[in-house]
Amino acid sequence: MNTTAIDTAPPAPADYYCLTESPPRNGTLLGFWIYLMSDCFIFASLFACYAVLGTAYAGGPTGAEVLDLPGLAVNTALLLVSSVTFGFAMLEMARGRKGAMLGWLAVAGLLAAAFVSLEIREFLGMIAEGAGPGRSAFLSSFFTLVATHGLHVTLGILWLVVLVVQSIRFGLTEDNVRRLRCLSMFWHFLDLVWVGVFSYVYLVGVVR
Amino acid sequence: MLEAMPHRAAIWNFLFGRLTFHSFPFLNADTEGRILLVTFFVVVIVGLAIFAAITKYRKWGYLWREWFTSVDHKKLGIMYMILGTVMLLRGFSDAIMMRAQQAYAFGPHMGYLPPEHYNQIFSAHGAIMIFFVGMAYIVGLMNYIMPLQIGSRDVAFPYLNNLSFWFTCGGALMFMTSLFLGDFSMAGWLGYPPVSELQQGPGVDYYIWGLQLSGVGTLLTGINFVVTILKMRAPGMTLMKMPVFTWTTLATSGLIIATFPVLTATLFLLGLDRYVGTHFFTNGFGGNLMMYINLIWVWGHPEVYILILPLFGVFSEIVPTFSGKPLFAYSSMVYATIAIMILSYLVWLHHFFTMGSGADVNSFFSLTTMMISIPTGVKIFNWLFTMYRGRVRYTVPMLWTMGFLFTFTIGGMTGVMLSVAPADFLLHNSLFLIAHFHNVIIGGVVFGVFAAVNFWFPKAFGFKLDEFWGKATFWFWLIGFWVAFGPLYILGLMGVTRRLSHFEDPSLQPYFIVAAFGAFLIALGILSFIIQIYVSIVRRKQYAVGGDPWDGRTLEWSTTSPPPDYNYAFIPMVRHRDAWATMKKLGFTRPRDGFNDIHMPKNTAMGIVVGALSFACAFGLVWYIWWLAAASLLGVVIASIVHSFNYHQHHHIPADEVRRFESGGPQAAAQGASA
Amino acid sequence: MSQPSSPGHHAMPPASHDAMHEHQGSLRGYLTGFLLAAILTVIPFWLVMGHAIANQQVLILVILALAIVQIFVHIVYFLHLDTRSESGWNMMAFIFTAVLVIIVLGASIWVMYNENVNMMPMAPQYQQHPISHQPTGKQASR
Repeated sequence: MNTTAIDTAPPAPADYYCLTESPPRNGTLLGFWIYLMSDCFIFASLFACYAVLGTAYAGGPTGAEVLDLPGLAVNTALLLVSSVTFGFAMLEMARGRKGAMLGWLAVAGLLAAAFVSLEIREFLGMIAEGAGPGRSAFLSSFFTLVATHGLHVTLGILWLVVLVVQSIRFGLTEDNVRRLRCLSMFWHFLDLVWVGVFSYVYLVGVVR
Repeated sequence: MLEAMPHRAAIWNFLFGRLTFHSFPFLNADTEGRILLVTFFVVVIVGLAIFAAITKYRKWGYLWREWFTSVDHKKLGIMYMILGTVMLLRGFSDAIMMRAQQAYAFGPHMGYLPPEHYNQIFSAHGAIMIFFVGMAYIVGLMNYIMPLQIGSRDVAFPYLNNLSFWFTCGGALMFMTSLFLGDFSMAGWLGYPPVSELQQGPGVDYYIWGLQLSGVGTLLTGINFVVTILKMRAPGMTLMKMPVFTWTTLATSGLIIATFPVLTATLFLLGLDRYVGTHFFTNGFGGNLMMYINLIWVWGHPEVYILILPLFGVFSEIVPTFSGKPLFAYSSMVYATIAIMILSYLVWLHHFFTMGSGADVNSFFSLTTMMISIPTGVKIFNWLFTMYRGRVRYTVPMLWTMGFLFTFTIGGMTGVMLSVAPADFLLHNSLFLIAHFHNVIIGGVVFGVFAAVNFWFPKAFGFKLDEFWGKATFWFWLIGFWVAFGPLYILGLMGVTRRLSHFEDPSLQPYFIVAAFGAFLIALGILSFIIQIYVSIVRRKQYAVGGDPWDGRTLEWSTTSPPPDYNYAFIPMVRHRDAWATMKKLGFTRPRDGFNDIHMPKNTAMGIVVGALSFACAFGLVWYIWWLAAASLLGVVIASIVHSFNYHQHHHIPADEVRRFESGGPQAAAQGASA
Repeated sequence: MSQPSSPGHHAMPPASHDAMHEHQGSLRGYLTGFLLAAILTVIPFWLVMGHAIANQQVLILVILALAIVQIFVHIVYFLHLDTRSESGWNMMAFIFTAVLVIIVLGASIWVMYNENVNMMPMAPQYQQHPISHQPTGKQASR
């Protein structure tokens, strides 16, 4: 920094002010990332509850008795494939190919919808067997954690539908591209949380 | 007729849930009912008067266009400060009722408050003071000052900023509604189970949903401020050239992002236990109520640092300004802030040493608690050394700072006493604890807010606050604080526990009478503050000032008072720490022409709409009016989608208009130093 | 947005704007990530469903270790987190979050385990480790 030069000569306005307007910087992508980080803490609290209460069966069913591993495998595969197809959609978007992008988005959305419906079926089955969220602290924490994730996926699907409509109607404008990239982060983030869910809640829940 | 009755009851149930005519406590013919009836009439009369005045002077349109729908960070900041002040009056009314009860309810006298009413009062007092006074004040200050300090025109997400305010307002409204409709939680300010799970009626639900609304608002604010500071600083303002208040805003916002989700999750689980019958915090079915206490303090301890850090920033601006020299050891101040931010996440267990985690766990958290006093001590010494050999001007903000240094340091030291786990076994939940946290929160947060209001008020409104009434406010608060809480320290050491509405031992009574007198002095302090505002508004011509009334050091003093909507006609270029002080020293000149069109966000009604719908949803949930809750939740989703279809959220202020403002009128005298 | 965007009109190639310069991944990256994630998913499923590891503690640790590795695979290949995006602030926010999440999880488990051992020694789920809480659990009539 040339402090000496400033000290000797009286400063001109241009030394202290930007005389031309520069386009405002957009913080949406960073802001959305930080929102995702804050969401980590919601999940962290729910995981902590499951860690503490996950063996409190209260005479009710244990994890090994109620958790369905083959169904889990299907669900995990659905979400992982959905995640990677959303990635393909983003690649098409970067190339400006709207039609291909919409196709991949539809695939990703349908896979996620299948995930949610399988999860709901699993829940209804458990409740019918008398293993509902009110049966024990273990089941309370199980249902709450898994359903919170499922709720996020559901909202993601809703958002996806809105963005598909907006992309069709307004094209791949700068705003829409930014929104799609936020949704892409959200989508991958939910798959990441699911890694924790299937590993810790289901697999560890079955063996411990 | 008899057959029609159950049918009618079912319709009533559908329409109004559990809301009945018995839900209006001010219709009851007991003391509580009578107190509430009087309060209700006062509120109705004052409310009608304000409503009539606004209607008479045709100000609804102005309020709607210029304030309620505004996305201007300065206006939102002022609205937060007003919300904080209104809620301060409510919270303080609770306080003075408690002090009166405890001074009187000895032996045969049961006092005027039955226990179940007293329990609601202390629960509401604590929660209101933290969430709707402390948080509203600090968010208001950060909103107003931070974007100006970094040379920005607004925050990163202006619409979100407006939405946050209305969420917070909705939460506050939930608490106020509970006063006249139903009851309030009796489970203390943190709603500990099992009390919060066993209490029937809407009280705890008001608490849960009020906090959920304001919590979401605060979280959005935190994200907004972090992105604003990271992305929108003026060119040249590197991190180590940021004003300290901006640094503390960054640290506080980071903590908000890392803790408020935990609060949301915890209250959500408590809500599930109450509404759905899960077993997180129940005694049976494997539930563990200690887990609630653990989780709520994961949020709760960082929360007190969320409250105090911005005020540390305030003092770091005030002390250099009125000492006429740069802040002593700026970088150590920054590192101390960061250290406090991280350490505050490692101490939460000291709130429940007595719960039985054992010696090793207690020792760990005891040590971390002691450690966090080190960076705080660093800050105290930095302020002292800034004043050392400075030319100190004892203005009102500086008086508050001196009062803070004295009071807060003592409060900090009693905190270190409490951090010793074995000592805490004696002091836990005693009045010593009550005295301690009021000592740091009043001595730190409240004194800091008053200092900040006196310091930045001329910036926000273009005239100074009255000195005499400012000093009266200060002395009433300082003396009143010590008279009110000194006896509580003593009582705590004698073993008196908190939250009691009646005492048997008459030897304790004199202490409580002194404490009540202290609360009366504080009431005079609040009254003086209101008079100070009133007197200053009346004499606003006489007290008018230019852009830089205090010989300030940071960028906000380089623009006019009040600043224009766009803050800066030209975005400043920062070359030094204390940018404005250096610019003044070098005798810079402001550009007088060559103005550009300025790009600004448009106002939007969506924030207040979504806020109102969220309030309706929360209200429906409290009273089991399921159709209302479902419909308004759907409304929130639809409103958000509709909002996302609006791509035109900005407008331009033409260069001509900028030139007109910058060259005309007395307020353009940004150059003028102290008036 | 450099100008008030009229969404219908200018469908610009998004990569031209400065905010869009960040790493967006490649087909190869997504496929690598997918393959790694699939492998890291199949192994723990096989371990549990095929009863491959007899020792319960070891099995749990292996599952958790694989989950952590897979989380990093997702972060690198799907979320494209690196030190360059947003001048490193994405990474900074992630590290801050990771540290604090570990504190919340780890300390909560530690605190609650000790609390349960000390205060509820008769609860069934804490009776399977009689040795581990001997030092602090002496007062419980054992």
